[in-house]
Amino acid sequence: MKMLVGAYPRWEGCLPSDAQRIYFANHTSHIDTLAIWSALPSALRAATRPVAAKDYWNKGALRRHLAIGVLNAVLIERSREDRQSDPLQPLSETLEQGRSLIIFPEGTRGSESLPGAFKSGLFHLMQRFPAVELIPVYLENLHRAMPKGVLLPIPLICTIHFGAPLLRVSDESKEAFLERARGSIVALA
Amino acid sequence: MNVHQKFYWMMAGVVTLLITASLIGAILKSKARSDSKRAVVQNLNSRIRAWWVMIAIFALVFLMGRDATVVLFAFVSFLALREFITLTPTKRGDHVPLFLSFFVLIPVQYLLIGYGWYGLFAIFIPVYAFLLLPAFAALAEDPDHFLERTAKIQWAVMVTVFCVSHAPALLLLDIPGYQGQDALLILYLLLVAQISDVLQYVSGKLFGRTKIAPNVSPSKTREGLIGGGIGAILVGGAMWWITPFSPLQAMGMSFIIVLMGFLGGLALSAVKRSLGAKDWGSMIEGHGGMLDRIDSISFAAPIFFHLTRFFFA
Repeated sequence: MKMLVGAYPRWEGCLPSDAQRIYFANHTSHIDTLAIWSALPSALRAATRPVAAKDYWNKGALRRHLAIGVLNAVLIERSREDRQSDPLQPLSETLEQGRSLIIFPEGTRGSESLPGAFKSGLFHLMQRFPAVELIPVYLENLHRAMPKGVLLPIPLICTIHFGAPLLRVSDESKEAFLERARGSIVALA
Repeated sequence: MNVHQKFYWMMAGVVTLLITASLIGAILKSKARSDSKRAVVQNLNSRIRAWWVMIAIFALVFLMGRDATVVLFAFVSFLALREFITLTPTKRGDHVPLFLSFFVLIPVQYLLIGYGWYGLFAIFIPVYAFLLLPAFAALAEDPDHFLERTAKIQWAVMVTVFCVSHAPALLLLDIPGYQGQDALLILYLLLVAQISDVLQYVSGKLFGRTKIAPNVSPSKTREGLIGGGIGAILVGGAMWWITPFSPLQAMGMSFIIVLMGFLGGLALSAVKRSLGAKDWGSMIEGHGGMLDRIDSISFAAPIFFHLTRFFFA
C-alpha cells in the first residue's frame, strides 16, 4: 500500500492516540479506507473500524473478504428502501464497544478533491456520543490515484492529513454543524 | 586489478570521504551559533547521513550483480516517475497512459536491458511509447488541454525512465579490453555526477556570488559551477583507472557529465518551479525527493552512454 500510493500520514492538528475517535474524511476512491487504515499506527488499527456501504462491499466473495476479513469494516445500508431499522445502529453498537470509526460523511465517492455536502449521520453520532473525538481527515491525491470507474490505481504519493478535533458547539443546528465539519476538512486541503 | 579489487578500492575512497564529511559536519555542528547557520549545518548533516545510506544500497546492489543493478534502476525510475506525476496536474482521461507508464513502460524498458536487446531499448520509448500513450489518452475522449497533458506525461517518462535507464544500459556496452567491467562505468558516472553536485553545493555556499538563473534555481552560482565543476573534473580524471579511458579522456568525459548534470539540474528545476514546488518530494532526508538527487544523472547518463558507445565500444 505504501509502495503503491504511499499513504503517508501527516498529523497536523492531533497526534495518534488510543482515545476513542471518529475519523471523518472526504471520499474520493475505493482505496480511501485502506489508505487511512494503513496511515494509522498498527497499534490503533485493531481498535479502529471503517464504515462501508453494504450494497457495494457485501457483493462478491473478494469484496466481502476484504471488507470484513481484512479491514474489519462495519457495513451499513445506504439506500432508504433497503433499511429495516435505524441505519446508524451498527455504528452506535461499535462505538458503545469503545472502538473508533472511520466514516465518509458524503456517503458516496466524489470526483473532486474537495468534499461535497455531508449526510446527517455524523451529526447524530456526535449527539449520541458526546465524549468521542471527531477528527477531520483530508485525503490528498487519492481521487487522482484511483478515480471513479477505473479498475486499478496508479502510484501517486498520497498524503493523509489528520486535523484538530472538531470543537463541539452547544445548540448548533444540524446544517451548521455539517457545514462546519465539511469546512474542517477543506481547511486541511 | 580485477573488477572487484577496483570496486573495493573505490569504496575505500568513498567511505574515507564520507567519514571526513561526517567529521566536518560534527565540527560545524558544535561551532554553529546563529539559528540560520544551525539550519544550514543540520541540512548538511542530514545530507551526509543520506549519502551513507545511498552508498550502502549501491554497494550492496553492485556486489549482487548485473540483474540487481538493473532492478535497482527500475526502482529508481518508478519512484522518480511517481514524484513527477504527483506534482503534475493530470486528469481522469490520463489514467490509462499513466497506468501503462508505471506498469508496462518501466518493466519493459529495463527488461530490454536485462536481455541485452539494445536496438529496441534505444527506440522503445521515443517511438512506440510516445506514439501509443497519446493514442490511449485520446480514447478517453477528453480533448481539454490534450497537448499539454500529453507533453507532461511524455516529458515525465523521458526524464525519469528513458534517460535514467541509460545508466544501467552501460552494462550492454562491449568495449575491447574492458569486458566484464562495464558495471564500473555506472559507478564512474554516478560518482562524477554526484561529486559534481556536492562540490558545486559546497563551493556555491562558500564563494557563491553571481547567480546564474535566480528565477529558476537560486542556489546555482557561477562560482559554484566553476569551482565544483573543476573539482569534479579533476576527481573524474583521477578515477581513469576504473574506466576504459586515458586520464585525459576521463577528464573530457567528466567535463561532459558535469556540464550535462548542471543543465539537467537547471532544466528540471524550471519544470519543478513551473509546477509550483521547491522539492520533488521528501523521501531522501535533506536532499528532497528522488528526482532532486538524480536530476543531473538523468541528463548526463544518455550523453555519457552514447559518447562511450560511439568512441570506445
